[in-house]
Amino acid sequence: MTLSLKRRDFLLGAAASGLALTQGAGRLRAAEAPLKVGFAYVGPVGDYGWTHGHDVARKAVEAHFGDKVQTTYVENVSEGPDAERVIRQLATRNDLVFTTTFGFMNPTARVAKLFPKVKFEHATGYMTLPNMSAYNARFYEGRAVVGTLAGHMSKTGKIGYVGSFPIPEVVMGINATALAARRIRPDAEVRVVWVNEWYDPGKEAEAAKALIDQGVDFMTQHTDSPAPLQTAENRGIWGIGQASDMRAYAPKAQLTAIVDHWAPYYISRVQAVMDGTWQSQSVWYGMKEGMVQMAPFSDAVPVEALEAAKAVEAGIIDGSYRPFAGPIKDQTGALRVPEGSALSDAELLKMDWYVEGVQA
Amino acid sequence: MDQQVLLPLLLSVIGAATPLLLAAIGELVTEKAGVLNLGVEGMMLSGAVLGFAATVATGSPALGILAAAAGGIALALGFGVLTLTLMANQVAAGLALTIFGIGLSALVGADFVGMPVEPLAKLDLPVLTELPVVGPLLFHHDALVYLSLLLTGGVALFLRRGRGGLVLRAVGESAEAAHSLGYHVVRVRYLAVAFGGLTSGLAGAYLSLSYTPMWAEGMTGGRGWIALALVAFASWRPGRVLLGAYLFGGVGILQLYAQGAGGIGVPSQVMSMLPYVATIVILTVIAAGRWRGRLDAPACLGKPFRPST
Repeated sequence: MTLSLKRRDFLLGAAASGLALTQGAGRLRAAEAPLKVGFAYVGPVGDYGWTHGHDVARKAVEAHFGDKVQTTYVENVSEGPDAERVIRQLATRNDLVFTTTFGFMNPTARVAKLFPKVKFEHATGYMTLPNMSAYNARFYEGRAVVGTLAGHMSKTGKIGYVGSFPIPEVVMGINATALAARRIRPDAEVRVVWVNEWYDPGKEAEAAKALIDQGVDFMTQHTDSPAPLQTAENRGIWGIGQASDMRAYAPKAQLTAIVDHWAPYYISRVQAVMDGTWQSQSVWYGMKEGMVQMAPFSDAVPVEALEAAKAVEAGIIDGSYRPFAGPIKDQTGALRVPEGSALSDAELLKMDWYVEGVQA
Repeated sequence: MDQQVLLPLLLSVIGAATPLLLAAIGELVTEKAGVLNLGVEGMMLSGAVLGFAATVATGSPALGILAAAAGGIALALGFGVLTLTLMANQVAAGLALTIFGIGLSALVGADFVGMPVEPLAKLDLPVLTELPVVGPLLFHHDALVYLSLLLTGGVALFLRRGRGGLVLRAVGESAEAAHSLGYHVVRVRYLAVAFGGLTSGLAGAYLSLSYTPMWAEGMTGGRGWIALALVAFASWRPGRVLLGAYLFGGVGILQLYAQGAGGIGVPSQVMSMLPYVATIVILTVIAAGRWRGRLDAPACLGKPFRPST
């Protein structure tokens, strides 16, 4: 659906529904109009990372439903008071609204209470309302695969991690990396540098340089731009793509990427609204459901590491490999999770401590 | 911290300081002429995207740098038309320029997302570059690093020694007086604004072609605003701009290295605040203390000038 067509359809639809309303047949007309879906993004669609991933899914929704949907998005919405205004605006003209960052949770909930007929889908939070669902991806499963690769391929045993903010989402990713790496190599260490931004290519690159200069030879990140990976490429160490396949920036360095694959979920939720079967829910999908996927492994990964990584991937999907299975010690060496048990989802979602081997 | 870490740390500081220095030295000239251009961030982004696009299209980084400079100048001249010819409010027009630059660069850059480009070549000097420590530290950088230092020196000389510098300062201190002496106030201001656009464009090009050789929307990450703060921090003196740029860059880098080394017991957020805290403290001290008279803000800064006949 091209832009000009979209606008014309929209105007025609608006005019027609206005006409129909005066004739007292508004409901009939509304059923034929395209379903309107709005998206609020925290970054620019051109970030080539997190927001880019969501926008790829939005385009997939358009491609899947064609004329039956009409999508709009607002990018670069900061996680502050502005978010509520943007979400409210989206709610006034859409039937379904996706808000795609943790910081939009409270604004989304406030707006959802004001617009009971509009459906809301909020990513990576925990609040739900009768018209607000929560959805999240188990990114830490990808981190376990990455940690396994790092355990095999790092020579110094020091793994660099460019961090954004110490929220549970990020903390559990760091921990999953360290735990998986130490299963392979017990002396492995994850060194974290916080940039206190989701997105600032310059600063992310600086953090990566600081880590590499201090002996790190394997770079991972939980920020949204390709800068840390690109720095890894320039310095000749290994790296991992974040949220999207970033091979173009680091043809030699990128071993794989943790790719967020939102499209199937978005399509199913749009379909549910169309069918009238949409219900509020809270889902946390991972590799099994295909929401988290690994990009194709690079040829640079040695056979042994490749097999180990693929085994972890398969184990996570069939449930035999649990990234947070005990025994787990924290930074002080105290046993937090005894052998034979594992951290529950609830414990993961409020994780505020680091496992042994993390320097953060 | 041992030698092996110290050298790369200093190199990182140079990298972090260069875009700040480039943007700030141009803004200093603009402000010295009495014009407050808050559009630095927007001009940097246009420079970044045009530099990147031209480099990808032509394969020549030199043309990329020229395109970045031209893009910065074009935006600055637009600001000039609004504020100098049409007498629009400088603060409002500057903010509009930033917002415009963000949008324009995203539009132009949409097709360039996800494209890699070769970083700018380092200029090596025959013997000097091979010197231990000093060689890599001082003589192994790309053209824009050297250019930033040369421009700073040039601006300092121009403002202090040159006749042109005297005219520029006169226009910024008392536009009426300069006008009655027969100087073309608006023309001088146009030139100053254009120079600010040029260096902001170069600052953007440094980010997209050298520092993180890629195009990504909003990649300047607020450095334009820091450059603006730097000019006030430096009390409108080129030497202090140089010092401030390296100080701001240095603090930012140092805190990242400190974290990588295991932390120093201070939360990273506090460390990130330091450059801004330093700006506030220094401005307060300068404004309140016995250096009061030396704050040196150009007297006509931000005031429109309408030539009386």
